[in-house]
Amino acid sequence: MFKILKKEELSDIVTLFEIEAKDIAKKAKAGNFFVLKIHEQGERIPLTIADFDSEKGTLTTVFQKVGKTTYHLGTLNEGDYLSDVIGPLGMHSHIENFGKVICVGGGVGIAPIYPITRALKEAGNTIISIIGARTKNLIFWEEKMRRVSDELIVTTDDGSYGRKAVVTVPLDELLRENKDINLVIAIGPAIMMKFVCKTTEKYDVKTIVSLNSIMVDATGMCGACRIEVGGETKFACVDGPEFDGHKVDFDLLMARQRMYPEEEKLAMERYKEKMGVK
Amino acid sequence: MEEKKEEKKQKPRVKMREQAPLVRARNFMEVPYAYTPDEAVAEASRCLACLRPACRNGCPVEVDIPSFIKLIKEGKFIEAAWKVKEKNALPAVCGRVCPQEIQCESLCILGKKGEPIAVGNLERFVADYEREKGEVQIPKKPKPTGRKVAIIGSGPGGLTCAADLIQSGHQVTLFEALHKPGGVLIYGIPEFRLPKAIVEREVEYIQKLGVELTLNAVIGKLHTVDELLNDRGYDACFICTGAGLPMFMGIPGENLNGIYSANEFLTRANLMKAYLFPEYDTPIKIGKKVAVFGGGNVAMDSARVALRLGAEKVYLVYRRSEAEMPARKAEVHHAHEEGIEFVLLTNPTRFIDDGKGNVCGVECIKMELGEPDQSGRRRPVPIKGSEFQIEIDVGIPALGTRSNPLLLSTLPDLKLNKRGYIVAEEATGMTSKKGVFAGGDIVTGSATVILAMGAGRKVANAINEYLKWKYWDVSNLTKQFTV
Repeated sequence: MFKILKKEELSDIVTLFEIEAKDIAKKAKAGNFFVLKIHEQGERIPLTIADFDSEKGTLTTVFQKVGKTTYHLGTLNEGDYLSDVIGPLGMHSHIENFGKVICVGGGVGIAPIYPITRALKEAGNTIISIIGARTKNLIFWEEKMRRVSDELIVTTDDGSYGRKAVVTVPLDELLRENKDINLVIAIGPAIMMKFVCKTTEKYDVKTIVSLNSIMVDATGMCGACRIEVGGETKFACVDGPEFDGHKVDFDLLMARQRMYPEEEKLAMERYKEKMGVK
Repeated sequence: MEEKKEEKKQKPRVKMREQAPLVRARNFMEVPYAYTPDEAVAEASRCLACLRPACRNGCPVEVDIPSFIKLIKEGKFIEAAWKVKEKNALPAVCGRVCPQEIQCESLCILGKKGEPIAVGNLERFVADYEREKGEVQIPKKPKPTGRKVAIIGSGPGGLTCAADLIQSGHQVTLFEALHKPGGVLIYGIPEFRLPKAIVEREVEYIQKLGVELTLNAVIGKLHTVDELLNDRGYDACFICTGAGLPMFMGIPGENLNGIYSANEFLTRANLMKAYLFPEYDTPIKIGKKVAVFGGGNVAMDSARVALRLGAEKVYLVYRRSEAEMPARKAEVHHAHEEGIEFVLLTNPTRFIDDGKGNVCGVECIKMELGEPDQSGRRRPVPIKGSEFQIEIDVGIPALGTRSNPLLLSTLPDLKLNKRGYIVAEEATGMTSKKGVFAGGDIVTGSATVILAMGAGRKVANAINEYLKWKYWDVSNLTKQFTV
């Protein structure tokens, strides 16, 4: 059993948990993820490691309520327990001094981009960060991101905060004006990562993305998370989650993320009924 | 001479009664009902008690088959169970899933003229009987040796090794990557063939013996083997993680929605209990028309699970003929009875997209058998121009597994063979790395539960020896490897 030590509502739909997981916290590195299962009947879902503290023995995760499991997770409180927490999983980020790097976090993807940005900053990189979301109250960790970036750009789709734009607009400008960008790292919804890659391709700047496939065991055993990279089938859980974005088949990734529309709807309806929510 | 006389009046084997095929094809309950005590005695009474019993030689863990059958004949069922358990820590499992027809039962003298003794059914009977009577005996705790052993993987090999080592007085920790112990017994073999409650009780028994179980521990990520040996005080380590990485066919359309590896399909159904969705949260696609590709036990299990989930039609597509199928005979027979359609001498060539990223069909090609290949089975060759299509909405390749590199990639000093499996001495499981033993599918490639258990037993003996002297000589292994 794994105790939730801290809960913070970052917005109506985005929640932060700090979870006690001593051994995992000791081993976690930027770019890793973990799997959790709430209770006996629960499903295993992969979540990002947004931060970790090996001294305190804690993991921080940030999740968006999108389906039954994440809604249920959001009802848990400090002091509650999760039946299973498994990690750290996946290959961690490759960190070195690349020179000038742009880090892009979209929506709930701001959380996992943070520890990578921090690690890159600590490695001596010059960092320009772009964080974006649909609307103002979905932006979080602006200050945290600013502290580990040399420059921070905030965008919202509706213009309610920061610049009214999608993240690819300032990204395109930066790439046009700065010929010395050596790397772009982008984490967010698949559609955002797809367009980030389309943008960086024009300037031939290497781009790393972190893929959020459906997973079950997340140790390479089942292949639920398979994706195509450069025409080859890869498992996001063990070969990734980070890949060369210019080689990823994002349309396949998005199609596979939509494997269970009816089941997700049914589970959500039943859950709402049970909780007495309309 | 006496045996000959007996043979003439040989009684037929006592059959286990089964759920009717078309009933059981729609539920997840076990297929056969257990023997009643009378039936068990009747079956045991067919045993000729040979002077030189051959059956024992067919058992990878050397269960004293004649003795336990004699005890059943005498009505001493509990004693019979204990007799089995002297050699086999998982009798309720083995009675259900061992390929007895190619092991103990294949050597039974009765089999020459009729049907061999139903060793598997009897083993299952005594194990269930002991458990139901609540008379599970916990052997006396041996004197502690002060040695610690880490076992990585709680499947059949790990459980057997753990049970043996704990009874030698060592401290034993079983590390399991998943949230439940049992490995393939939990995630792979379906409920109707091996009820999970039985696996849970067998694991509980091993815990009662004193084995410590650590779940959710992905060794290689959470701890490395070197950390276990150097920082965490383990004197030896047994790697029995299974093969674990599903193979795909490499044909177009394999990543469409609706195509599952058998591992994923079975893990969702068994470990995650997706057949109880939405009571359980893990979903699974319930196909109307399902095709499973392969001819092994995993293929049979997948096909029969698909049927039980509610598929209207389930095809089993296999590139050779039925005679070459590696699956246990009983499973093939059950699959036929339940209405699975065998599409033999057929190989898939591509999956067809419905335009929305879902599979809607599979194109296949007819095969014919040519010359025997390395496995001794006749190699299937495609017949030009014989392509045809089958409409499906779920496809399940069940083609076996490869070596999972998650743990092995963290062990650069461990020698692997060309296929990525661990090179280990056959008799001992000793590897190229001091203190590290390996066995089961991660050494041999996909095999059976009982062979993994056999490896667990051998490795336990070897670890016992090693812990006495800490002597490590694998010169044979190196020779074998360099050849």
